[in-house]
Formats: sequence, C-alpha cells, structure tokens
Amino acid sequence: MIEARQLAVTFNPGTPMETPAMRGIDLTIPKGDFVTVIGSNGAGKSTFLNALAGELRPDSGHILIDDQDVTAWPTAKRAGLVARVFQDPLGGSCANLTIEENLALANARGKRRGFGASVGSGLREEFRSQISRLNLGLENRLGDRMELLSGGQRQAVSLLMAALQPMKILLLDEHTAALDPKTGAFVLDLTREIVSERNLTTLMVTHSMRQALEVGNRTVMLHEGRVVLDVRDKEREGLKIEDLLHMFEKVRGEEIDDDALLLS
Amino acid sequence: MSQIAFLGAIEVGLLFALVALGVFLSFRVLQFPDLTVDGSFPLGAAVCASLIVVEVNPYLATFVAALAGACAGMVTAWLNVRLKILHLLASILTMIALYSVNLRIMGRPNIALLGENTVFSPLESWDTPSYIALPIMLTVLVVIVKLALDWFLNSEIGLAMRATGVNPRMARAQGIHTDRYILGGMALSNALVAVAGALFAQSQGAADVTLGVGVIVVGLAAVIGGEAVMNTRTVFRATLACIIGSILYRLAVAGALNADMLGLKAQDLNLITAVLVTLAMVLPGVRMPFRGRRGGQTP
Repeated sequence: MIEARQLAVTFNPGTPMETPAMRGIDLTIPKGDFVTVIGSNGAGKSTFLNALAGELRPDSGHILIDDQDVTAWPTAKRAGLVARVFQDPLGGSCANLTIEENLALANARGKRRGFGASVGSGLREEFRSQISRLNLGLENRLGDRMELLSGGQRQAVSLLMAALQPMKILLLDEHTAALDPKTGAFVLDLTREIVSERNLTTLMVTHSMRQALEVGNRTVMLHEGRVVLDVRDKEREGLKIEDLLHMFEKVRGEEIDDDALLLS
Repeated sequence: MSQIAFLGAIEVGLLFALVALGVFLSFRVLQFPDLTVDGSFPLGAAVCASLIVVEVNPYLATFVAALAGACAGMVTAWLNVRLKILHLLASILTMIALYSVNLRIMGRPNIALLGENTVFSPLESWDTPSYIALPIMLTVLVVIVKLALDWFLNSEIGLAMRATGVNPRMARAQGIHTDRYILGGMALSNALVAVAGALFAQSQGAADVTLGVGVIVVGLAAVIGGEAVMNTRTVFRATLACIIGSILYRLAVAGALNADMLGLKAQDLNLITAVLVTLAMVLPGVRMPFRGRRGGQTP
C-alpha cells in the first residue's frame, strides 16, 4: 500500500517565480489498485509522480510504502520498491546501449550489482523469451542499440524493463503521450496486459480524460496541487467525460479552459 | 623518420594510451569533461619519483601513484556531486590545486631518476636494445589494461557506470546510485592517468612539475582520433580506438616534426595538436560530443 500524506512543495520559494506545485496531496493506494491521474497543466501531476519516485523531495508531508516512511529516500534507494516508465521515449532507456544491456540494467533494479558479466547467456535467453511477447521482432535484435528503435518500440521495451523485477508501485508518466494514436493504443494495451497479469499496483498520469476513465479502476483528478476528485469502481463506471468535466467544474467552481484536457 | 624516432613515437603513444583510456572513461563513459588529468599525470610522476629516490620498490611506487591519482579524481567528483560545482570548473580547481601539491610532494620542481631502479630496469638485462624492448613491454601492459577495462565495463557495475553517463535519471530509477558511480569512475580514470605519469617519468628518467601541461588535449586527441578512424560501437572497439588513436597521434606529430618541408619545430607541438584535434572533430561521420546530441535524431 502506498500512502501520500499532506505532500507539499513550492518551487523557487521567496522569488517572483514562486510556484506552489503541491499544496497538501493526500492519497492512499491499496495494493492492486490501478489509478489514473488527470489534471490540467500545472496541476501537480508530474510533481506528485516525481515525489513518489524520489526525484523530488517534498517540503513537507510523508510518503509511506507498506507503512515504511520513504520520504527521505533518494530515487536509487527507492528503486527496489518503485518502477517507472517515462513520458519521453528517450528518457526511459540508454540510447547508445544495446537492447539487452538496457534489459540487464532494469533486471538489476533493486538488486546488488557485482563484477559478473552484465549479460550472460542464461540472461540473454530469458530476455529473448520476454521480449518475444511484444511481437515486434525484437527477439533477434537484442544486440542492436536502443537508439535504432522507434518511439513506440522503446516504450514497449521500457514497460517490459519496468516489470522485470517485483515492485510495490508502477509509475507511468504519460507514457503514451509522445506516440501516435495507433502506437499509443498498442502500448496502452500492453500496459493493461502486464498490469493485470502481475496484479501490479499502478499509478498512471495521463492527459486524456477518455484514457483516465477507460483504464484502471480508479481516477484521481488534481487541481492546483490538491486532489479534487477521487472516484473508483462502481462510482466510476458509467461516468462520461462530460460528467467528469461537470464534476470538476462544480468542485472548483470555475470553467475549464484547457483545450488539451477537453480534446484529447 | 628514423627507426628510433618511429619506435620512440610508438613508445610515447603506448604510454599515452593509458591517458587516453582514462580520458575515455571520464569524457565518454561518464560524460564528465575532466581536466584534472593535467594535474593527475604529473601527480603520478611526482609520487612515483619521490618514492623511488628513497629506494621504495618501483612497482609499489607506481601503485601508490595510482592511488594518488584516484584520490585526485575523487576530489574532482566530490566537488561536482556533493558541492554541485560545474564539472569542468571542479576539475580545473583540482588541476590548479595539484600544481602546488606536486611541488610539495617533490619538494622541488623536478626529480631525476637516472640510475635509479625503475620498473623498466629489468629490461637492461635483455639482449634487445631498450628502444625496442620498452615498446614491447608497454604493448603487453596496455593490452592487459585494455582487456581488464573491457571486462569491467561489461560487468554489472561497469554497465551501471555507462548508464550513469548516458542517462542519469533512468540510471537512478534502476537503483543506480549515480553519485557513487561518478566518484568511482573518476577515481579509476585518474588512477590510469597517474600510472601513465609514473611510467612516463620512469621511462624518461625524470619527473617534472610541468609534465602535465596539455596532457588532457593529447588524451582527447587520442580518443577523438581513434573514433575518427574506426567505429566504436562496442566496448572492445572503443577502448581499442583509444590505443590506436594515441599511437596515430604520436606518429602524426613525429611525422609533422620530421617533415623538413613543413619547417615545424618542437615548440609548434601544441599548435599541431590543436589543429589535429580540430581536424578530427570536423571530419565527416565523427561523433561530435561538444556539438549537440549524439545519434543525430531529435524529436
């Protein structure tokens, strides 16, 4: 179970650029939940995700993973508990390392690294069988550099990488946003498949209201650094994008003018 | 070019191949532009020579020189990762500081090693003349170092170090403590450079506080030159390119200085180096580390 308690952070405090990105986010994610997070630009989605991953230390508040306070843990220390797929297809892998080397890096997540060969023949066979499920023909290209793959292929491999080792939560940071619709749909299907087959606790940030309602079992909306909407299961079923907009406007008491949120 | 001049160029090229491997580790693997090299090369020479003149075993002296170089690299890395000083500036600070440190270690600007027992002394009992024996011994040494480095960079820890340089955010997300890897990698890089300095002092018969001037450019010339003449897609090829680049650079310099029609003299060395590095960087198909993202494709 993941708990965020009163998370708050302000960027550039005491300057004209002062921005409160999180103003007390409270969220409890029980094991097995697949939460989609939506919100307009500047709502605090990415900041929240970075705080969970450890890239950003909140000014106040706590993050607990299975009742253990990890707020002060840097990213690397937290990596055994948290797996992440980045928005930028270039961001989640090392472009000039080979596919198998990238997989080997992810395969050692949360484990001690030694002086043994990073990609032994046993591991290579395992990678080959893992990657063949993607049906992208990558099983014969394990020695190719990551930079030779398309954005969609990279995101698919990144997902596979994230799921190689056990985790307490999987963080997906708009991981289909940079892809064309068809590739995005493929990566999203793969996401659902992997999450359900391993029963992963997942938090997915998305820019698309449709995606937010269709994927997972729970939807959270952030606005100005706070949770303004939290619907799940029964309550969420039958909810339409218009309803979501309406609820959002009611909660905030203002009009939404973020086209990206409405149109995508 | 005479045979002796040729073999002399090979010998110095092999010595500087160790510098090139060190520079490869910092500039290419960690993507940490490190100028500490100009200080850690004479540091290795100073430590080694100071120990040898007080009758310390030359192998032990060379080993201590490596440790000293490792410390210098860690100081630079520490200034960068802990104190958040820009990497280039951090390395310049260490380099400047090492000038004083080197003078302190030696107690004077230079130490002669003529007649002292060095790691190359056993060669004197060989039948072959030293200008042939020395390059052979150095070849063996450089190949051993190269293979060891290949093995290291292909290990789990080495792979983590490469990831630290390529994509630190991704590396952290995979549980890699990037700060530690930068410290370790910089230590290893400067240890190699210090060993090169120690061996250089022993082969040339003296350590001098000014030995380090321009070493970084020579190391970089070797790395970039190697990349210009061969593809460096695997670790094996990349480290091989450093060695080949280093030897080619020395041959090019020796050739330029020996070509009477050019009218170049020894004092033109730095100018030639700068021209060679510039040429290597603008040659088509060369990866240009200081000119935008590698790989070419941008979203």
